[in-house]
Amino acid sequence: MASGQGTATSSAGRGTGLGFPGLSGILLVAAAALMLIDLYLVFLVAPTDAVLGHVQRIFYFHVPIAIVSFIAFFVVFVASIGYLVTRKSGWDSVAHAAAEVGVVFVSLALLTGIVWARPVWNVWWTWEPRLTTTLILWLIYVAYLMLRSYVPNKSQGALYAAGLGIIGFIDVPIVYYSVQWWRSIHPSAVVGPLADAGALEPVMQYVLFYSMAVFLLLFVYLVLERMRLRNIEDRLSLLRFAQRLKQSNMD
Amino acid sequence: MRLIRPIAALVWKDLLLELRSRDIVVSALVFGFLVVVVFNFALKITPQRVAELAPGILWVAFAFAGTLAMSRAFVREREQGGLEGLLLSPVSRDAIFLGKALVSFLFMLVIEAALLPVLAVLLNFTAFTFTLFAAILLATLGFATVGTLFSAIAVQTRSREVMLPVLFFPIILPVLIGAVEVSGAAIGGGPETGVVTRWLPLLAVFDAVFLVICPWIFSIIVEE
Repeated sequence: MASGQGTATSSAGRGTGLGFPGLSGILLVAAAALMLIDLYLVFLVAPTDAVLGHVQRIFYFHVPIAIVSFIAFFVVFVASIGYLVTRKSGWDSVAHAAAEVGVVFVSLALLTGIVWARPVWNVWWTWEPRLTTTLILWLIYVAYLMLRSYVPNKSQGALYAAGLGIIGFIDVPIVYYSVQWWRSIHPSAVVGPLADAGALEPVMQYVLFYSMAVFLLLFVYLVLERMRLRNIEDRLSLLRFAQRLKQSNMD
Repeated sequence: MRLIRPIAALVWKDLLLELRSRDIVVSALVFGFLVVVVFNFALKITPQRVAELAPGILWVAFAFAGTLAMSRAFVREREQGGLEGLLLSPVSRDAIFLGKALVSFLFMLVIEAALLPVLAVLLNFTAFTFTLFAAILLATLGFATVGTLFSAIAVQTRSREVMLPVLFFPIILPVLIGAVEVSGAAIGGGPETGVVTRWLPLLAVFDAVFLVICPWIFSIIVEE
């Protein structure tokens, strides 16, 4: 029993020895500090929008979150290809973590969008191409996470998820353009899709870029942390398995 | 050429099984009919609104009945290790995929051929137009291609009845949009020819994309 505990602590020690906690600790502190500055910039430095008023400030969260979620699914796509080619579980771990964090981000993008659309467009939702595509993205990657948890065999689940990670990402532009063509035939009742970003004042642009960088950092931190967690989960299940094996040998 | 014989053998096997048991096509057909009847009560269908509502009802019925048929097609392979036998046989994965996809395509066509006249009678629209047939053929090809990949995946999961539609519908959405658009133009019979000339080629392009990606992913991820 004592030796069993000994191996447990030593392998956990190896897990932390990979340098992840140090790095992710730094990332966490950095992301938190920069996020506070972001709040300051968004609410106190950025000028109030002449037409939309204070409501427009949600833009500095909505747009970076949405863009980071697209980046997340691109990461899933690349990591899925990497996994299918090399069959190294590191790629699978990246894809899994990026998909989980990506689903959180895309959910937030949808929610902030809905909250913003109500005062600005006077509706909560409209089936405009960008909104529709984002919703479909959300559905695809929720299905991705469901698939991962519903496949009993882990390595099989990784393969299936990689397949979905590839076909799902290829499908996104197809969905986008087909919704656009669909909508261009039936002009929608709601005018004015997302406000043109080209018309931004310089200060607004800087705040937007800063916010984007902060959310990207947050994303990187969350993905690394999730990967570390998965690493620990894998070790734990391995240890449990070894423990059970030992016990059954003793009996 | 190497592909044709194994594909024919696979298709023949599944057709023979279906001819003897009739459980996939008949159950999906009854389900599709039920969808149509439920829609009749869920929506207020007046003669003026038929052209507007019929394409949607048509494709929801086809899509739901189709997913039911496709998921059953792989459940059958899973029972008694049929899929393992297939994978062990000296046949390329592409042939297995295309054989299963072709079977699903044929099953869905049979279901649609039976449902379409029923719908046309119940909703009072003209079903026998070339445009509508073209839309059904192209969209069903896309459905069968994507559906075969995902039913091969879903059959290995817990709660597979839920997993197939959850995986399938978000991906197939472009095909569904195209099918509804073309069918709407065909049933409405109006001047919307622009819709047909735009969407029929697009449906063919979507099919081609899926016919390239799906067998490739299938051959990589289906193991054991």
